[in-house]
Amino acid sequence: MTTPLPQAVINMVPLSAEVALLVGTCAILLIDMFLSQGKRSVTYVLSLLTLLVCGALSYHDYAAGTTVYTFNGMFVSDPMSNLLKLFTYLTVGLTLVYSRQYADDRGMLSGNLGGEFYVLALFSTLGQMVMISGSNFLTVYLGVELMSLSLYALVAIRRDNHKATEAAMKYFILGALASGFLLYGISMLYGATGSLDIAHVATAVAAGTIKPTILVFGLVFLVAGLAFKLGAVPFHMWVPDVYEGSPTAVTLLLGGAPKIATFAICIRLLVEGLLPMAFDWQQMLMVLAVLSLAIGNLTAIAQTNLKRMLAYSTIAQMGFVLLGLLAGVAGTTDRTGASAAYSAAMYYTITYVLTTIGSFGVLMLLSRAGFEAETLNDFKGLSKRSGWFAVVMSILLFSLAGVPPMMGFAAKFSVLTAVLGTGQIWLTVLAVMFSLIGAFYYLRVVKMMWFDEPADNSPIVVKGDMSFALSLNGIAIIALGVLPGPLLAACLKAMTLTLNT
Amino acid sequence: MMQSTISTLPPYLSLAIWLPIIFGLIVLAVGRDTNAALVRVGSLIGAIVSFVATIPLITNFSNAAHGMQFVEKSPWIERFNIYYSLGIDGLSLWFVPLTAFITVIVVISAWQVIQKRVAQYMGAFLILSGLMIGVFCAMDGLLFYFFFEATLIPMYIIIGIWGGENRVYASFKFFLYTFFGSLLTLVAIIYLYKASGGSFDILMWHKIALTMKEQIFIFIAFFMAFAVKVPMFPVHTWLPDVHVEAPTGGSAVLAAIMLKLGAYGFLRFSLPIVPDASHYMAPFVITLSLIAVIYVGLVALVQKDMKKLVAYSSIAHMGFVTLGFFIFNNIGIQGAIAQMISHGFISGAMFLCIGVLYDQAHSRQIADYGGVVNKMPKFAALFIFFSMANCGLPATSGFVGEFMVILGATQFNFWIGLLAATALIFGAAYSLWMAKRVIFGKVANHHVAELVDINGREFLMLGILAVAVLYMGLYPAPFTDTMQTSVADLLAHVAHSKLPY
Repeated sequence: MTTPLPQAVINMVPLSAEVALLVGTCAILLIDMFLSQGKRSVTYVLSLLTLLVCGALSYHDYAAGTTVYTFNGMFVSDPMSNLLKLFTYLTVGLTLVYSRQYADDRGMLSGNLGGEFYVLALFSTLGQMVMISGSNFLTVYLGVELMSLSLYALVAIRRDNHKATEAAMKYFILGALASGFLLYGISMLYGATGSLDIAHVATAVAAGTIKPTILVFGLVFLVAGLAFKLGAVPFHMWVPDVYEGSPTAVTLLLGGAPKIATFAICIRLLVEGLLPMAFDWQQMLMVLAVLSLAIGNLTAIAQTNLKRMLAYSTIAQMGFVLLGLLAGVAGTTDRTGASAAYSAAMYYTITYVLTTIGSFGVLMLLSRAGFEAETLNDFKGLSKRSGWFAVVMSILLFSLAGVPPMMGFAAKFSVLTAVLGTGQIWLTVLAVMFSLIGAFYYLRVVKMMWFDEPADNSPIVVKGDMSFALSLNGIAIIALGVLPGPLLAACLKAMTLTLNT
Repeated sequence: MMQSTISTLPPYLSLAIWLPIIFGLIVLAVGRDTNAALVRVGSLIGAIVSFVATIPLITNFSNAAHGMQFVEKSPWIERFNIYYSLGIDGLSLWFVPLTAFITVIVVISAWQVIQKRVAQYMGAFLILSGLMIGVFCAMDGLLFYFFFEATLIPMYIIIGIWGGENRVYASFKFFLYTFFGSLLTLVAIIYLYKASGGSFDILMWHKIALTMKEQIFIFIAFFMAFAVKVPMFPVHTWLPDVHVEAPTGGSAVLAAIMLKLGAYGFLRFSLPIVPDASHYMAPFVITLSLIAVIYVGLVALVQKDMKKLVAYSSIAHMGFVTLGFFIFNNIGIQGAIAQMISHGFISGAMFLCIGVLYDQAHSRQIADYGGVVNKMPKFAALFIFFSMANCGLPATSGFVGEFMVILGATQFNFWIGLLAATALIFGAAYSLWMAKRVIFGKVANHHVAELVDINGREFLMLGILAVAVLYMGLYPAPFTDTMQTSVADLLAHVAHSKLPY
């Protein structure tokens, strides 16, 4: 006779949001089979509803502010994970709103495809949630794979489009390589510490009895895998090609919310798991950050394709996230200011994601059936075609450049404060100088929109839901920039609570 | 010294900042080119109301009180201990009404000239006015930076949309030059935040002890931002290019107010926060100021373009301001502030005069004019008057500041005083020579022959400025009286070393 499992092991309450999403997604998959082509908006509404339900569940957990482990510590629901999940839902929800018309125009919701776009997007969200909440190497890896496999399929969803197919191939091969790195690193650490549980690994490493060589060996692979997923230099080669090749809707799905999840696993693996080795990974992150800032910003200048430019800008922005991550522990194991620095990186990630989805949203706004808006020239004279959306796009670009009063400034400021807190003034100065270079190419887009005459005078048709969401997105960036206090405080609180347990 | 208590008066400073911004947003929201007349009237009302709102600052200002007045303070970003903290003293008092006043003039000047995108033009200037007033009032380091940077966005748009042929180049040059300087300042501000144990209060920064090495680095970081903005030799090269391309209103605001943001920064940050470094670096700054006064004055002499000439003369006049600051005596600093106010009137007026000519003849080349007095007698009278004021004729406001600075410089060192005094000769040379070539002589060509004298609106706008110039020149006591106490306090503070013992 088997002994019944104790309640603590099979406690399903902490993963109510994941369960809800899984059930909802499966239901949508089934319901969609019975829908005729014209009724795809039912799938759309159901997907948004599912995300809303998940949001309510996660918010409930977040408001409780507790940390609950389940499945023998394989899964954790803590304030950081719940806050990040809330922003994941928001990002995915906005993405679905922005991409509805775009996907419809390109036949991504019709024919033999059906509602797969929505279902795959939701599955990748589920993967991200597992990543965010994984507190065991295997859970994290499982989440990464669930997310990546859904995204591979999404990139290839327009299988007759050779550019998209090429992008899918690149993304798949390099993504598989990254997963391999991650897995290899994990196996090394497992071999050295004898555990896959992040908390156990942390204790084992802290004990200091394990040979450092093998730990560092594992760590290098782990960091390389994470850098691949973040798109940090020198593991960035896939980013521009995949961003450019994918349908813009999918670019948004893989350039937006996944960054939040990747940030979460960086915290889980590096900070929670391998903090005693901070001295080693800090230096790796520093190299990655400086290279990302340099290559990302400098290469972005040369781009004429806006999607590629935003891809390089992503690389540069990830450099800033890495700066925040490495600033947590300054050389020693002194942990004062650690949660401040990690929360700055977290705030930066959230800012980056909210800003990026908006700017890709404007790209999709300008695209129509048979026409992809993706070069800089497509933005010429936007202020004359649609003044309001030119304002929204300008807000987003100034935010990416880090000019007050936009949200991007508050984010840059928090990260710089954290970096300066480590005493590395040269790194701070370097970071701001690369922001100066970055400002140039963002300004160039603003220039196209405001100072040039339109090259294309076709009217811009926007559906109500998209217009509303995009306007709200722009206003939020400026409102959160003028009053960044509450979100900054929420990030700090969540990070402090998470790191103290 | 410099204690500040929360003011019990109505929030005049907040009104001065936010009224024009709110009016600007309303104008942007409702204004179209179809209701341009309404937009003009609305903007004028907005500008006048905003100006009137600054009058109580002058009437309620106490000349004898030490420290900040009209203080407002409430938490803004608690996570970083940042306050929405405002206050003015004798150093900043006059710049608040001056900014609002120049905005009224700019709105009047654009009445007929701007026919396209009227609402955006007016809205941008109103918002810019509020932001610049914010710079003068901010008593929190980050709030200062917030306003200081945010002014770049409207100015960038103004130059880029309504500027001349080479406007894109000028707008980028403007943005990137100033962004470069201020990013280093951001690093210094964060450093001071750390050094003061977590405070962004500028008055707190005045008190903290800093080593000489720290002081010099902070001085250089601030210097980068402020020197570019003033602009000082050798980082002045952006100003002539930008002035030439900017629309008349843009040039007027740039010369009259924006340059003062940098000079004001020296008074509020460099001198009191790093007094030892300021003393140490004073010979360097004085040298640069003298080069600006003499060399740039000579450069102005050979300009063929009127706007460039006035731009170089602005640089020379701002050289007086920085010279006055760094000779560390009462009369020098008072003279420098008086020079800033006076230059606000005169340079604004000069650019408006050139704008009047340009609107009719579409040329800024001196060689294209000659004998304007025959066709535009009223205009010629005003033009000659402002040219006289520009070269510091006694009884005009230009004389007051220059004379005080020369007196101060002679007290400090006879030879420096002598060199500074040569500027009066060069100033007279370039101003009057330009006036001679443009205004007097025979009617040069058919363009000049077609000129029509200024109408009531233009006469009003130049007339008000002429009255202001004359008033300040004949009776400068109200201006200098208000700054006595603050300048004395500042000098007493700067005389004390802040080096830790």
